[in-house]
Amino acid sequence: MTEYNFAYLDEQTKRMIRRAILKGLAIPGYQVPFASREMPMPYGWGTGGVQVSAAVLTPKDTFKVIDQGADDTTNAVSIRTFFQRTAGVATTTATSDATVIQTRHRIPEEPLHEGQILVYQVPIPEPLRFLEPRESETRKMHSLEEYGLMHVKLYEDISRHGHIATSYAYPVKVEGRYVMDPSPIPKFDNPKLGDMAAIQLFGAGREQRIYALPPYTQVVSLDFEDHPFEASKADHPCGMCGATDSYLDELIIDDLGGRMFVCSDTDYCEARQAAGHKGKDAA
Amino acid sequence: MQANTLSGGFADPATQSAHAFRSVMEAMARPGTLRDIEGAAPPAPVSPAMGAVLLTLCDTETPIYLAGDMDCDAVRAWLSFHTGAPFVGPAHCMFAVGKWDALVPLAVYPIGTSEYPDRSATLIVECDALVTSGATLTGPGIKDHAALSLPEVEAFQANRRLFPLGLDFIFTCGERLAALPRSTEVSRSSVPARAHAGAS
Repeated sequence: MTEYNFAYLDEQTKRMIRRAILKGLAIPGYQVPFASREMPMPYGWGTGGVQVSAAVLTPKDTFKVIDQGADDTTNAVSIRTFFQRTAGVATTTATSDATVIQTRHRIPEEPLHEGQILVYQVPIPEPLRFLEPRESETRKMHSLEEYGLMHVKLYEDISRHGHIATSYAYPVKVEGRYVMDPSPIPKFDNPKLGDMAAIQLFGAGREQRIYALPPYTQVVSLDFEDHPFEASKADHPCGMCGATDSYLDELIIDDLGGRMFVCSDTDYCEARQAAGHKGKDAA
Repeated sequence: MQANTLSGGFADPATQSAHAFRSVMEAMARPGTLRDIEGAAPPAPVSPAMGAVLLTLCDTETPIYLAGDMDCDAVRAWLSFHTGAPFVGPAHCMFAVGKWDALVPLAVYPIGTSEYPDRSATLIVECDALVTSGATLTGPGIKDHAALSLPEVEAFQANRRLFPLGLDFIFTCGERLAALPRSTEVSRSSVPARAHAGAS
């Protein structure tokens, strides 16, 4: 026997992950412990997302992987190839063609539709971890809905910087109950978390947690009445496609301080360029 | 051991359970929608849909409670051979299997703990009919509202009040299934307003 089982993982492991996903969907925002396996890639490279993808993929799926919005980075290419080889799935870079999208730190610009599944790679699933390192305590805080510490942290941001300086992994409250870490997506993406048509699954391999947002779930970014949440981005149009509504990466292009801003979502940017949109830096 | 004990499982377990799980997951993520599920041929009174759900989710780590006429030699032998799951009483089960009348009252099943609400039972309910009309559903996974033919309303309202604790339900009929997670608000009337509690 030279082939791996379908989607690499053995069936018993997939059943265990699938049961965790179902409980995660039933309790939106709650982190379900699961017995994370060693994967043929190091922790920190998306082992949680890979295990969730392995548990949900079927041979009929079309699979897309993005890393900070890009389809062509090492992490995205290797995970895409991994499932191409072990699950035999079709792959794509087009957001609208994909049925399962594994993502590291971005939500695609193009709105997702029903029938799609977005799988997040999560490094630290516990939003309270940097405020309280003990798992026994954070678990108690979630059970008691004791989230005052998180508001203190955001308040200290305001007292120190004049505004909430947290710009990624910005904490959200799900259906008025659980405070959840949306993974290190920029807070620009936070408004897309709620009322999304697609199913959102979060996998943290090293930390052994799975959590989920069903479609059309209420997700509120934490804020204060006098300091409301603001989804921010670099105040520039994309240099390649001219988009003004997309999240931008800043690129240093020479050693004289030259720089340009381009869409972090490569599929979105390329589709716009193919449609004839041109930014000021486009060749 | 009868011959039909050994047959009726997935012919291609890896891909068939993958398809079956997607049906279960879509149903759990979108309460009030019906999904097709196939591939299993379990002994009566277990429906093909219920058989496929059990083959997809159960193994030696998942204690099963067989309620009412589900608790028969044919079902026990079939599940033992195909899943290896141990059989237990309702208080210690991870999955409970049966018709609604045999499964109630719900108070006997584990609903999880405040620190681990996921440690709760999932009830797989065999139904005579399963249609998207009847009780009105609102909550996560539902755009505005949905409807599902539930066996009753009060039990699910009481279950919702336990949130984030509580039971989750999968309804099976023939080769179709639907699901009702604990997060869903169930009402008898036409169109209730969706509660937006705790928005800050």
